[in-house]
Amino acid sequence: MDLKVEGLNAGYEEKKILKDISFNVKSGEIVTVIGPNGSGKSTLIKSISRYLKPKSGNIYLNKVNINCINTKEIAKNLAVLPQVKGVSSDVSVEELVSYGRFPHLKFGKRLSMEDREVIEWALEKTGLFKMKDRYVATLSGGERQRAWIAMTLAQKPKMLLLDEPTTFLDICYQMETLEMVKDLNKTLGITVVMVLHDINQAARYSDKILVINSGELREYGEPCQIVSKGLLKDIFKIDADIYEDRINNCPYFIPKKNDCITGKQNN
Amino acid sequence: MADGNKKKYKIKKSAILIACICLSVAGFFISIGNGAVKISPMEIINTVLLDEKTVNYQIIWNVRLPRTITASLAGTCLALSGCILQGVMGNPLASPNIIGVSSGAGLMTLAVLIIFPDYYYLAPLGAFAGALFATLFIYFLAWKEGAATTRLILAGVAVSSLLGAGNNAIMTFYPDKVSGVIGFMVGGLSSTNWKHVDMIFRYAVIGIILLLFIANKLNILMLGDEVATGLGLNVEATRFFFIIISSLLAGAAVSVVGLLGFVGLIVPHITRLFIGSDYRYLIPATIFTGSAVVVICDTLARVMFAPLEIPVGIIMSALGAPFFLYLLRRKKEY
Repeated sequence: MDLKVEGLNAGYEEKKILKDISFNVKSGEIVTVIGPNGSGKSTLIKSISRYLKPKSGNIYLNKVNINCINTKEIAKNLAVLPQVKGVSSDVSVEELVSYGRFPHLKFGKRLSMEDREVIEWALEKTGLFKMKDRYVATLSGGERQRAWIAMTLAQKPKMLLLDEPTTFLDICYQMETLEMVKDLNKTLGITVVMVLHDINQAARYSDKILVINSGELREYGEPCQIVSKGLLKDIFKIDADIYEDRINNCPYFIPKKNDCITGKQNN
Repeated sequence: MADGNKKKYKIKKSAILIACICLSVAGFFISIGNGAVKISPMEIINTVLLDEKTVNYQIIWNVRLPRTITASLAGTCLALSGCILQGVMGNPLASPNIIGVSSGAGLMTLAVLIIFPDYYYLAPLGAFAGALFATLFIYFLAWKEGAATTRLILAGVAVSSLLGAGNNAIMTFYPDKVSGVIGFMVGGLSSTNWKHVDMIFRYAVIGIILLLFIANKLNILMLGDEVATGLGLNVEATRFFFIIISSLLAGAAVSVVGLLGFVGLIVPHITRLFIGSDYRYLIPATIFTGSAVVVICDTLARVMFAPLEIPVGIIMSALGAPFFLYLLRRKKEY
């Protein structure tokens, strides 16, 4: 499933955040959006997930404008994992995952055998089958994130949007979550668009990186082209040395000194 | 084993639901059986179901049965209305009384009953219009690129006190008619007859049926606006539709029993405590618990100080407030 964003302007009320963003995501790619705080990463994800209506510009999924057709039809192909989400204290993992079948349910109908099978598959795919009767609220951070991803998988999506899926997680759960996303992309061919804060992780797990700063698209390309001294200095205000990770075949950097702290520069 | 657990979940919830139904049925027998004349359950069954002309035929058919049915329907409507509002507005304090839906309904009912007494049968429609107007007004006030729940509640509290002033104004302008209105202000069921059943019945049934069909959407809404949008739910439209149903239910109840408080706040909470927050079970359970609570409280209101009868609203508040505080202390989430 490919995504095309065309001249997107978006924001809240009077405040314009995204300015004239255009890019394409090819089917089967993992694209990670990076940028400093307040640059508009989440706004971009919210616009693509149709939570935020664009002020102007269009977003197409497989050439269909997402704001022009039935939102339930889109949810059959596009799953979203936002940052802000809540679940009542007495909802079990299986129940949460079953909500992923909502876009496929006909009015007033209950879950069919086929739905049950998909739910089971999603639980197994995320390694949660043994915990399916536990309450989501009692899970560890990483398990909880997996439960939410299982819910999006139950939608049987062709594209997955993840807004900072690793935030608030320990490093081992961060790895676990990203490894899982990568695996879903490889084995199921799900196209992934996500926001990450850690640029090294973005470089390691993405096919392409999209850099946003002050609401404008600054760079878009493969990690080895994007992660450079100039970009880190320019956008993130840090001096860094770039190295090559030969095991994972991607660039990584180690920061040296941060101009933000000394107050010389600020975005 | 896995499926066994799922079954266990269903059996447990169904058992609680059946308990709620039993409670509601027991409420009916207690209510019809108690009063100046005590009537045994057997006689009630013979009279109501077999249509036998027993000694107490008149008392059951003309006095207690219509009153009990009205109490039951009003309880159900108010409890459901509160249950939906708490879900839709994502706030445990939301209830028709607190956010102004009831005052809107009450104002219009008073207007119809006092200013145009000949059109009493229009009271439920007026109340629905009042409730809907109040809710839409609150929604309009709270609207800023979507309606955030805190703004909704605050706007509701403000509108509620404004409409309360309207209620008081009507009573000041028509002091000669106030005596009959006191019961209305606290919520009462004295001199209820079949006319009242007729007033509330169809609105209650429409509201309940609609709700049962879309209860699962409330579960989705609970996951947060963004998740719900991602799952293909049209969040604003769904929320709006639920608000209309809750206005319909609250309006129907208020037009008949007046501003009966606490039912819409407490009954959903208690029911949730027992059956959990899955709306596919919570909504059906609330139908019966709402009925049972008001029916039983109304019986208490009739017999506690007999021959004097007090408005059921006083009993509701007297029992409800302490119980609510107890819940508040016991369970941190509320």
